[in-house]
Amino acid sequence: MSENLSAFFYLIASVCFILALRGLSSPETARVGNIYGIAGMLIAVVTTLLTPHVVSFWLIILGILIGGAVGTYIALRIQMTALPQLVAAFHSLVGLAAVCVAAAAFTYPELYGIGVRGSIHGSSLVEMSLGMAIGAITFTGSVVAFAKLQGLVTGRPLVFPGQHLVNAALGVLLILLVALFVSMEAAGAFWLLLVVSLALGFLLIVPIGGADMPVVISMLNSYSGWAAAGIGFTLSNSLLIVIGALVGSSGAILSYIMCRGMNRSIFNVVLGGFGTESGALAPGAGLGDRSVRSGSAEDAAFIMKNASSVIVVPGYGMAVAQAQHALREMADILKKEGVKVRYAIHPVAGRMPGHMNVLLAEANVTYDEVFELEEINRDFASTDIAFVIGANDVTNPAAKTDPSSPIYGMPILDVERAKTVLFVKRSMASGYAGVENELFYRDNTMMLFGDAKKMCEEIVKALE
Amino acid sequence: MADPTSLAERAHQLAGDAGTLSHNLELFARQLTTATTAPTVVGGTPFVYELTVFVLAVFVGYYVVWRVTPALHSPLMSVTNAISSVIIVGALIAAGPRGVSFAKIMGFVAVTLAAVNIFGGFIVTQRMLQMFQKKR
Repeated sequence: MSENLSAFFYLIASVCFILALRGLSSPETARVGNIYGIAGMLIAVVTTLLTPHVVSFWLIILGILIGGAVGTYIALRIQMTALPQLVAAFHSLVGLAAVCVAAAAFTYPELYGIGVRGSIHGSSLVEMSLGMAIGAITFTGSVVAFAKLQGLVTGRPLVFPGQHLVNAALGVLLILLVALFVSMEAAGAFWLLLVVSLALGFLLIVPIGGADMPVVISMLNSYSGWAAAGIGFTLSNSLLIVIGALVGSSGAILSYIMCRGMNRSIFNVVLGGFGTESGALAPGAGLGDRSVRSGSAEDAAFIMKNASSVIVVPGYGMAVAQAQHALREMADILKKEGVKVRYAIHPVAGRMPGHMNVLLAEANVTYDEVFELEEINRDFASTDIAFVIGANDVTNPAAKTDPSSPIYGMPILDVERAKTVLFVKRSMASGYAGVENELFYRDNTMMLFGDAKKMCEEIVKALE
Repeated sequence: MADPTSLAERAHQLAGDAGTLSHNLELFARQLTTATTAPTVVGGTPFVYELTVFVLAVFVGYYVVWRVTPALHSPLMSVTNAISSVIIVGALIAAGPRGVSFAKIMGFVAVTLAAVNIFGGFIVTQRMLQMFQKKR
């Protein structure tokens, strides 16, 4: 296949990928979009296999068979609650693949037409080292994120003195090594750069706490895109550049949306350590002595049966307890009783963007009952019951009233405006931000202590 | 003295080396022709052209992604993950030449990793999207 022809097919593949993202603007078109994505990938791979550079196929076929089998197996087996760690693990693979391709390009530049070993074009060296560095940072960063989400290590931020100094020093070292590598094309600089980048990726994610994971995953998503773009520049492959740019900007936008959902700057998240100072941040005195009204599943069932409208606010606790199916059962019975049931989703609910929507969809909740914060927040005032299940900080009115609170300014769901607030929670413990929720002590609040799934099942029993 | 088998082995090896060399020369020649024709491309050096493509693609990404409904942010993430594995294109070229080299092994590893991602990413996206349905 001539170079012009393959460039033309790469263009078609790029358009397919853009259409794949475009399809996600609505659930109706999304599945067709995914087919476009698969078609684009097929075109890209077949086109590359037909280029004159590729003459030996057995290793390629072996790789695709092994990788394809592993990927298919994992994707079919994974639980939807484990989606965040799966995505983190997949990001790490993109990063590692980028490192491998950069290493291949460095040791065998003739393949890619970027010069001969020992005198690779200067611009290719810059692009290669950057692509490799970003890939390596993505790799170790994603591995740490995966370990945190999977619970292999503590989700708490790990901070040590001089952390920022070490990171800054590594960052400077990285830039120096890139400069050294570009000027001398020394193999030593290349491999040292790899080591420094791997260390930096690890150290960047370690101080970030478990609940900031939506931002971290989005950020790593973005990095994996930039790494692909860097490799695209190295190989002068416009398809890779286009896709890298698409994925990079997509991840950046998601990071921005997540940060906005917490009213924090990206720098604040990246510097890490949030949620460690718990205790010192407890709100004003006197609050701790106030009494809490707690109720049983029967009480909750009685109240909800007699209500005309209920808004469910799910959070990470629901995902942990796998309560989505029991919750939907409860909602079905309520709907049969003539109660209007809707769901309100906070942007940072769960451990990755849109996590709650997927879990509710998995439990067969139709997406026209599920609303985003801006769409539904006004309706709490005209609602009988807010049923908060596994969420806490995203409902805390202190975000609106208490300027000294660490979550001040964060957009919250105004559940306190509902006539009655039902809180399904395991204990009185504060959320990850370490802030007590004064909503628990209000007269119109009833606490339902227990596991989210069990509580829903008991309510279902009481309703029947 | 030199026994015939080792001699044959060396001859074989030499032939293999010559093959790799000719392959490299061929690639180099192709490169030379592109190098001599490249400056005639309208719009300056390849880097400027690539940068143009990159910046325009960032804008396309920006506008397309803002239109994605928040409910589908998880599928967005898994599908972007799958398509960023288009890096397999670079891996295929590394794994493609004859003979065995470090680059070829790197290419094989990258092809395998990217394949995990491509299959895994698209399948898990499809699984998610199948769950999003309208009222029955």
